[in-house]
Amino acid sequence: MSEVQTPAPFKTSRTPDAAPRPTKVLTRDVKVVYGQKQALHGVSIDIPEKSVTAFIGPSGCGKSTFLRCINRMNDTIVGARVDGTIELDGVSIWEPSLDVVELRARVGMVFQKPNPFPKSIFENVAYGPRIHGLARSKADLEEIVITSLQKASLYNEVKDRLDEPGTGLSGGQQQRLCIARAIAVSPEVILMDEPCSALDPIATAKVEELIDELRANYTIVIVTHSMQQAARVSQRTAFFHLGHLIEEGPTDHIFTNPLEQRTQDYITGRFG
Amino acid sequence: MEHTVSAYDDDLKAIARRVTEAGGLAERAVASSISALTRLDIGLAQQVIADDKLLDNLQRDIEEKTILIIARRQPMAVDLREIVAAMRIANDVERIGDLGKNIAKRVVAINDVFPNKQLLTGLEHMAEIALQQLKAVLDAYAAHDDHAAYAVRQRDDEIDALYTSLFRELLTYMMEDPRNITFCIHLLFCAKNIERIGDHATNIAETVHYMVTGLTYGDERPKADRSIVAADEAGS
Repeated sequence: MSEVQTPAPFKTSRTPDAAPRPTKVLTRDVKVVYGQKQALHGVSIDIPEKSVTAFIGPSGCGKSTFLRCINRMNDTIVGARVDGTIELDGVSIWEPSLDVVELRARVGMVFQKPNPFPKSIFENVAYGPRIHGLARSKADLEEIVITSLQKASLYNEVKDRLDEPGTGLSGGQQQRLCIARAIAVSPEVILMDEPCSALDPIATAKVEELIDELRANYTIVIVTHSMQQAARVSQRTAFFHLGHLIEEGPTDHIFTNPLEQRTQDYITGRFG
Repeated sequence: MEHTVSAYDDDLKAIARRVTEAGGLAERAVASSISALTRLDIGLAQQVIADDKLLDNLQRDIEEKTILIIARRQPMAVDLREIVAAMRIANDVERIGDLGKNIAKRVVAINDVFPNKQLLTGLEHMAEIALQQLKAVLDAYAAHDDHAAYAVRQRDDEIDALYTSLFRELLTYMMEDPRNITFCIHLLFCAKNIERIGDHATNIAETVHYMVTGLTYGDERPKADRSIVAADEAGS
């Protein structure tokens, strides 16, 4: 074909980011060392409030380690050292005035495997509000338990057997019970470490539906191995690799047009 | 880099190969229909009409394969864009084949009309450029060449301009002598088909740009089809 000049760079467009939400959790240069091994090499990220942020990356990339920094769960691990800045609503999580128990009430957590207490369904949810002194009366407590179970979309399935053991529920129900338990203490942030990896697809769908509902009121951070899940439930996605935060951005961009080659290779299944 | 699951690479390559193959069939349909027109070769025209079935089948096959790969592998990022591109390009290419077939059908209809060879020259020139555009954009697709695709997109106004001038010319002939009308109308439809082939080539160029970069062109693309204005001018 004949000579046609190609003016470069030419104008192209990408759908603009949605208006950014205020930052709920801010981290700067967070480093974690387990004994001799450095697990995180300086992670800086702004996690917006009332939205879902997904952390993805191969096993051992540091995403769970980073998640556990946010409510100081790493403090409980012998030999773990955390450096850097982590702020919740602009206040350092290591601020002496901020009690770690209070922090963990504000930043709840849901784990990979459902881990209900070996107690009744009611007691599982009532435990947190009771030790935090959130209920003034028995009726108060009952109301908290019921609304928490409702918010976790579990109430209708268990309302006739609240005094039966939580461990008797199905896996998916147990996980929603754990979410109800986390919600019961009115947290602001909910951390979820692979909350669906032990669940079947239907139970997974219910939890995902729940996450979507919860984000209206809570800031949710979810670690997941399922890229499709991250794409479905989150508004922002962060990709971790070998202890580094490689790329973070709107989920729609990360999964259709990531900026970093390493992100691209991982999400398309090309990792060596 | 290759996928961890090597069958995925095979699937993607197979789809890209089929799209290229479909592109080749469309090129041939257009080229044959134009030579059938200039030589008034009814046999060749009928061949083009019959061969269109192959392209239709190939397009359906590509569509099925892309849907299957989406269901099976949940493609992401560059893979997802490649699959969407394959599906879109297969559609454009199938339409190009149809437009070639339409020209071939006109050749069969023109058969008993007195042809004016001189008028065919402009049309041939237009078809030549459309074919160059088609070839260039299919090469750009195969090579993932964003710049080559951009060049195709920028050149479409040339076809549009030729179409406008051919339109004026045919209009003049028709006004001169009503006996020219039948033939000129046939040619006008052929010209319109060629102009639309150019548009589909531009679509493919835009798809290639998206496939390679993940971005879409923000600006309006060049437009030089002024036949609507030309009709007004001629009428007044």
